[in-house]
Amino acid sequence: MFYFILNRLAQALLVMAVVSAISFSLFNFVGDPVNNMVGQDATREQRIEIRQQLGLDDPILVQYQRFMLNVAQGDFGLSYRIKQPVSQLILERLPATLELVFASAVIAVFIGIVLGVFTGIRRYSWVSKIIMSVSLIGVSLPTFIIGIGLIYLFAVYLRWLPSSGRAGVIEIGGWKTSLLTVDGWRSIILPAITLSLFQLTMILRLVRAEMLEVMRSDYIKFARARGLANRAIHFGHALRNTLVPVITIIGLNIGGLIAYSVITETVFQWPGTGLMFIQAVDFVDVPIMAAYLIFVALLFVVINLIVDILYFVVDPRIRRGGS
Amino acid sequence: MAKIDKSNSRWQRFLDNDIVYSFFTTPGAIIAATITFIAITAAFAAPLIAPYNPFDPAQISLWDGKLPPAWSDGGSSAYLLGTDNQGRDMLSTILYGGRISILVGIAAVFLGMLLGVTLGVISGYFGGLTDTIIMRIADVQLTIPGILVAILINGIGRAALPLELREEFAIYVVIVAIGLTDWPQFARVARGATLVEAEKEYVQAAKLIGLPKFTIILRHILPNTLRPVLVIATIGLALAIIAEATLSFLGQGIPPTTPSLGTLIRVGNEFLFSGLWWITFFPAIALIILVFSVNLLGDWMRDALNPKLR
Repeated sequence: MFYFILNRLAQALLVMAVVSAISFSLFNFVGDPVNNMVGQDATREQRIEIRQQLGLDDPILVQYQRFMLNVAQGDFGLSYRIKQPVSQLILERLPATLELVFASAVIAVFIGIVLGVFTGIRRYSWVSKIIMSVSLIGVSLPTFIIGIGLIYLFAVYLRWLPSSGRAGVIEIGGWKTSLLTVDGWRSIILPAITLSLFQLTMILRLVRAEMLEVMRSDYIKFARARGLANRAIHFGHALRNTLVPVITIIGLNIGGLIAYSVITETVFQWPGTGLMFIQAVDFVDVPIMAAYLIFVALLFVVINLIVDILYFVVDPRIRRGGS
Repeated sequence: MAKIDKSNSRWQRFLDNDIVYSFFTTPGAIIAATITFIAITAAFAAPLIAPYNPFDPAQISLWDGKLPPAWSDGGSSAYLLGTDNQGRDMLSTILYGGRISILVGIAAVFLGMLLGVTLGVISGYFGGLTDTIIMRIADVQLTIPGILVAILINGIGRAALPLELREEFAIYVVIVAIGLTDWPQFARVARGATLVEAEKEYVQAAKLIGLPKFTIILRHILPNTLRPVLVIATIGLALAIIAEATLSFLGQGIPPTTPSLGTLIRVGNEFLFSGLWWITFFPAIALIILVFSVNLLGDWMRDALNPKLR
């Protein structure tokens, strides 16, 4: 157990080392940081002064060490474009992304499980067939097309919901939330649905497949023989046994939600970290790019680590093979 | 059978091939292949069959801009699917745009395949430290979702280019970005197939008669890894087309001067609020049909080439 976790931890550290090295090298490969900071009309002396201030003339390894020390303290430097600390910019925008991810995760999990159980139990009903065909389309449609379609239908044609932005933001204890106002709810619905659709389909298909398998098992037959109500069988016995793989997938996919929030946030102009990243890439704002890369990698490494350890706890077969 | 015409027998053998048989008995595969074939032909023959050349300023008139499709009010029969804001015929821009989307997709998959299969076969054949290093890199890359990797590589590539060359080389940057995103899948599959093949007797025999490693890998192992690679390549093509469209939609991909389907959707998106739905709707439909049929083809191929499922 100890060895296994240590092994995974070492791997995670290796990944972070590689990613941070890539992030650091961004500063050197991509554009001239001095140019990015002072603009075109700075004199030669000003440039040299800034180079020295930033420590760009130091040996690479010294610079890397300084970068890593700063990063470990949460300091990613100043944004080239906005001239503010990157960590502060990310913290400002993080609530928007986290709320969006949270809302879509809730939609994906809730609707995904309900539809998955339904199509698993009523396998041959025509409603199930329609749900399955629609879900196939859901998987192969690019996220941004779903977003555009929803905007056109609900914002332009029906005029029910706002097409973009994050409205109704209020601040509670330093956390800017839009989940407590009607306007906020109206503005989060479309992006949350767009972001959730792909994950929803995955969960639906997974739950359906697991349900089909479980429903064939002996203990379900026995439960029926005992004369239990359908509801008790389906939700108390069948669903509960499908949940282990489902929880794993949901855990792994939260990272996917954050990755795809880049696209969704751009389509809906949702002021989160994803939109910030795309704008940073547009303007070659290296500190933000580097910070976002490290942030996302850290997130994925932590999620993978937790899932690995959970697997280890849940499945005794891995325990034997691993040690 | 006594006498069989040789060409006939070869044709017969072709039809008896398991994959060909599976193809002709799966209606979905035939439909998907037909649509894919039509889409690819139409895209490559765009200069011949498109009613207009959308890049020729002499053929574009701003007076004809923002015309709806021919069948709706105010539409002109000269422009079947209407025109965009600059007066370009939508049907023609979609054909030309589809050409760029497909070309970028194929080139990116080819690059990813070349890189991934090379590294995968090397990794599988030599094993040891080489194997560990290559597969670790693949693992690290696979922890981060592909689209983020593509956006990042693409962003770095663009930033590394001087401003005046950025538009001209955008298409190559996109190809490289998607290709570099794709390779781990190919490497994994090729490595797996190599591990299986390298154990077989014919490879042992080739080693015994003293063939150089290079020849064994290239002539004997490589051809036998191609079946699973082909499946990944087909599904990868659909993903690459989506990745390109996404990059272009985010404004990071193909510039509007030579638009791909994704760029067209991005441009059209700005006119959605004024009710000019067709500028974004038709490219989107074209993209969906293209991706859907390639996906379907890939699904069929996965099933047909997997002996366990037959």
